[in-house]
Amino acid sequence: MNNVYVYLEIEGQTVAEVSLELLTEGRKLANQLGCQLEAVAAGSKLDGIEKQVMPYGVDKLHVFDAPGLFPYTSLPHTSVLVNLFKEEKPQICLMGATVIGRDLGPRVSSALFSGLTADCTSLEIGEYEDKKAGKVYENLLYQIRPAFGGNIVATIVNPDNRPQMATVREGVMKKEILDPNYQGEVIKHDVVKYVPETDYVVKVIDRHVEKAKHNLKGAPIVIAGGYGMGSKEGFDMLFDLAKELHAEVGASRAAVDAGFCDHDRQIGQTGVTVRPKLYIACGISGQIQHIAGMQEAGIIISINNDPNAPINTIADYVINGTVEEVVPKLIKYYKQNSK
Amino acid sequence: MSLKIVVLAKQVPDTRNVGKDAMTAEGTVNRAALPAIFNPEDLNALEQALRLKDAHPGSTITILTMGPGRAAEVIREGLFRGADNGYLLTDRAFAGADTLATSYALATAIKKIGEYDIIIGGRQAIDGDTAQVGPQVAEKLGLTQITYAEEILNINEETKRITVKRHIDGGVETVEGPLPIVITVNGSAAPCRPRNAKLVMKYKRALGAQEKVAITKDGATLPYAEQYEKLPYLNITEWSVADVDGDLKQCGLSGSPTKVKAIQNISFQAKESKTLTGSDKDIEGLIVELLENHTIG
Repeated sequence: MNNVYVYLEIEGQTVAEVSLELLTEGRKLANQLGCQLEAVAAGSKLDGIEKQVMPYGVDKLHVFDAPGLFPYTSLPHTSVLVNLFKEEKPQICLMGATVIGRDLGPRVSSALFSGLTADCTSLEIGEYEDKKAGKVYENLLYQIRPAFGGNIVATIVNPDNRPQMATVREGVMKKEILDPNYQGEVIKHDVVKYVPETDYVVKVIDRHVEKAKHNLKGAPIVIAGGYGMGSKEGFDMLFDLAKELHAEVGASRAAVDAGFCDHDRQIGQTGVTVRPKLYIACGISGQIQHIAGMQEAGIIISINNDPNAPINTIADYVINGTVEEVVPKLIKYYKQNSK
Repeated sequence: MSLKIVVLAKQVPDTRNVGKDAMTAEGTVNRAALPAIFNPEDLNALEQALRLKDAHPGSTITILTMGPGRAAEVIREGLFRGADNGYLLTDRAFAGADTLATSYALATAIKKIGEYDIIIGGRQAIDGDTAQVGPQVAEKLGLTQITYAEEILNINEETKRITVKRHIDGGVETVEGPLPIVITVNGSAAPCRPRNAKLVMKYKRALGAQEKVAITKDGATLPYAEQYEKLPYLNITEWSVADVDGDLKQCGLSGSPTKVKAIQNISFQAKESKTLTGSDKDIEGLIVELLENHTIG
């Protein structure tokens, strides 16, 4: 009772990265609160699934194994969580801000009348004073996220309703194995008791999942282009630089919206979060949603002809110049000086 | 088979085009400086609805929106593009709603509309980016949902089931679900068709009650006043909490489990940085420095 829960997203028999990251974050929150970390696995043929998650410090794993639970559909997974949570009354529930998490989270929150905050970039424990009601709440989950187009950062709390729910994007939290031999309990639930037959109404007819085309998240060097690249052709110059530096190419939302590159390369709150050792921002002004996805980069270089671009304030090197001029020079002098 | 379609649409500040004057000197958001627009993914949803109407003659499209009086603009825009009617949920009691209280209000209004086969809206609104309202409306109505839809492929009139192609992480999926259903549409779906000139002529004077009050508040007479009696479709219906038999406790702030504890305006913490020019000397110096400290190989 009153524990921290993580919903595990499972593709086939593999637990998603984002869920492992949330286990590490959930472990941290549970330690602060002095409670246990529990996880929910719902899918099909899940024998041995605990091996993937226990090392992250899971005290109790709830397994729901039935043929209809994979591929994911909304109603059965909602019933699993809603009915389990009615029994277990968790204080916190975390899930990935993925297509599945963003389909499932709101439905569960609506059924339980609990607050849900999407796309959190940070989670903390703290107190909250409701001045109107003259009430102080201890140990609430601070759900921190950029809002209003990234012009503000809001801290959201759910004072009265449980669980306090939050979704977090992949790559925002860091996964860390706590103990390879961590011994948690595995509970296999009878799915029929939780999911009525009438829930299986949506049929998945066809499904294509491809491995990602690039490794933006794990790349040690990221070169990102913004609207300032001017055109798709202009943007393509970044791939030349990336080839030289063995880097991956990312983009700001503005560049993606303008059609300069594919959506899956978007860096920021509503895209990928990256932590490279070197980040080169080319023609990116640096809205907070973008900053949220790259601020933990080791060294940040900003190339911008606007000396007042917000991104310059977090950059280690600011190059005042146009990308058309500077990027070819970076390629040229790298070729001359490397080796 | 003719369909009853409800399109959920929201008027949002255009957060994608935030100019320098979008923040006030005190660091708060200057809403007046941001243009109000039809939420982009709701337009993708409207297009899917219009295609269904094309394929199933006799279908009707109802736009449902919630907001202040000026949000009637969204309904007018929907009428210009082929919607049949619309309702504006507007009441001070709705103010301060989080996604749960918003979906309660919308679900209550949909029950008031009564007949529906498909409820369709954008995946998310650009002022919040939460993607929560669609699934929460579905839950409140006891319907299933298909989110992140890219295209409605067909409706089987016999089985009353709908087939939808949807985006999933790393791929696509085709799913089939029963009517009535809630669908949210991804921005990668087909863009919305432009306004229809004939419909613009027909509906250009359509106004909500609050808009009429705004026009006449300084004693001005309402232009073409007689038309609003003769042509009922020019009156955009406004609904209050009472009109949809809503429970005040579940609306607005009191119906919102989430509370905003703090708002921090963005001011970046400057760290010490080197400023370079685009000159050959500066760029070469930077490359040499990065090579020397093994930042690049």
